[in-house]
Amino acid sequence: MIRFEHVTKVLGNKTVLDRISFEVGEGETFVIVGLSGAGKSVTLKHMIRLMMPDDGSILIDGQEINRLRHSALQEVRGKFGVLFQSAALLQWMSVRDNIALPLRELTHTPEEEILRLVNEKLEMLGLADAGEKFPADISGGMRKRVGLARAIIMNPKIVLYDEPTSGLDPVTSRRIDDLIVNMRSQLGITSVVVTHDLHSALSIGTRIMMLHEGRIVENASPEDFIRSKNETVQSFLESQYITKKGKWEGMGHEKV
Amino acid sequence: MGAPVRSVERVGEKVLQSFHNTGHAMFMLFEGIWFIQFAFGKRSRRETATQMYITGIKSLAVITVVALFTGMILALQTGLELKRWGYEEFIGSAVAVTMIREMGPFMTGLIIAASVGSAIAAQLGTMTVSEEIAALEVMSINPNRFLVMPRLFALIVMMPILSVYTNILGIFGGAVVGTTQLGVSMQAYMDNATQFATNKDLYVGLFKAFIFGIIIATVACHQGFMTTEGAVGVGKATRRSVIISFLIILVVGYMVTRLFYI
Repeated sequence: MIRFEHVTKVLGNKTVLDRISFEVGEGETFVIVGLSGAGKSVTLKHMIRLMMPDDGSILIDGQEINRLRHSALQEVRGKFGVLFQSAALLQWMSVRDNIALPLRELTHTPEEEILRLVNEKLEMLGLADAGEKFPADISGGMRKRVGLARAIIMNPKIVLYDEPTSGLDPVTSRRIDDLIVNMRSQLGITSVVVTHDLHSALSIGTRIMMLHEGRIVENASPEDFIRSKNETVQSFLESQYITKKGKWEGMGHEKV
Repeated sequence: MGAPVRSVERVGEKVLQSFHNTGHAMFMLFEGIWFIQFAFGKRSRRETATQMYITGIKSLAVITVVALFTGMILALQTGLELKRWGYEEFIGSAVAVTMIREMGPFMTGLIIAASVGSAIAAQLGTMTVSEEIAALEVMSINPNRFLVMPRLFALIVMMPILSVYTNILGIFGGAVVGTTQLGVSMQAYMDNATQFATNKDLYVGLFKAFIFGIIIATVACHQGFMTTEGAVGVGKATRRSVIISFLIILVVGYMVTRLFYI
């Protein structure tokens, strides 16, 4: 579904991605972890061509995204929904208008149908009472859920999450994690999640890839990831009080 | 590598970057112009009307004050000189011709660049650093249609209208000074004002205002889209937008005057 082949990206004097190759399969919840500056968000941005690689290729359903012309690029981007780190909601629009935006701008869907779909998503994400509020008037967790509602309103095949739980309290973070798991179990959506929160990664991921200094140091199932012999991975696990001796209790989400 | 080589490299990078930026601004402008055909379409009319209101109505108060005082200062400065030679009745023509040809569109351009242009740069800059522009791109919503076109349309429509308003108030301000402080009758002032200002002056002034509208919209939107470095970057983009607009308005104002009057 998503395939990176020897992708290299240099920003300034720093090699942010160093010939990385990996593949995300259909229906996976693929989690990319790593320290700040490891290249996680850069990797995510390459998937939707918000950034172009200096070398290597990125294939989405077999199409090399960097070579696509404008209309073909739009078609490929139509397969994606993206939840940005800041949720990226338009501040002058209400929650309802933010969620309805792609439908109004890109389709000829009648207004009644748009409202029905928006209300359905608001209900699904526990935002039924927030429709008329503005982004500045709601909490960080609610903003993320609104961003998620907007990301899935066009029924994408793939949803990208950039630090979905950053800046949120633990309870709200777990609620967002549940929503990501539900996206997969209820809607069959393929997810790519960027996070440095290993608790979250182990809870939601079907596979976890760790980036360190632009290179992949691990790419494994949560169970194998936690048992990784790689020193960087072990150090990262220990920094979040996760050890390979005991099974991580959070890995309780049913994997579909 | 020696210091001279690094300096040449840095200069080269700056030159390439400026070509890249100009290319981006021109592409954005041409797409914005192309999308003007949809300004009052179902998807854009609300934003277009909002931007016209912000540019036109919300700027009226400051434009009123500046236009009145520009006319009053012009009348006072030229009137005092003319009075020494006994030609104070020509104050009307001096104020009218100066306002219509130059000061009307120029002052309007400066005010709109400082108020509306800076606001556009700040808003789009904030949207850029908070990933809202990236979100639009990923949703396949063209930012040049969604954001640039309504602002461009509002500025190229409202700038000539505001310029006419500035002219009228400036001439009125001059009349107030002429009649109250220079002893010129209102009849003589208005006769002079209408006798010497030609239709060509009006058309050239309106043309300048139209061009200034394009300049302000292009510079402000481009600076907004180019914003980096968070809140600090938004401040820089806003400042750059005003400075660049001012400079281009000055240069283009001179070139248009030279084109039509020499």
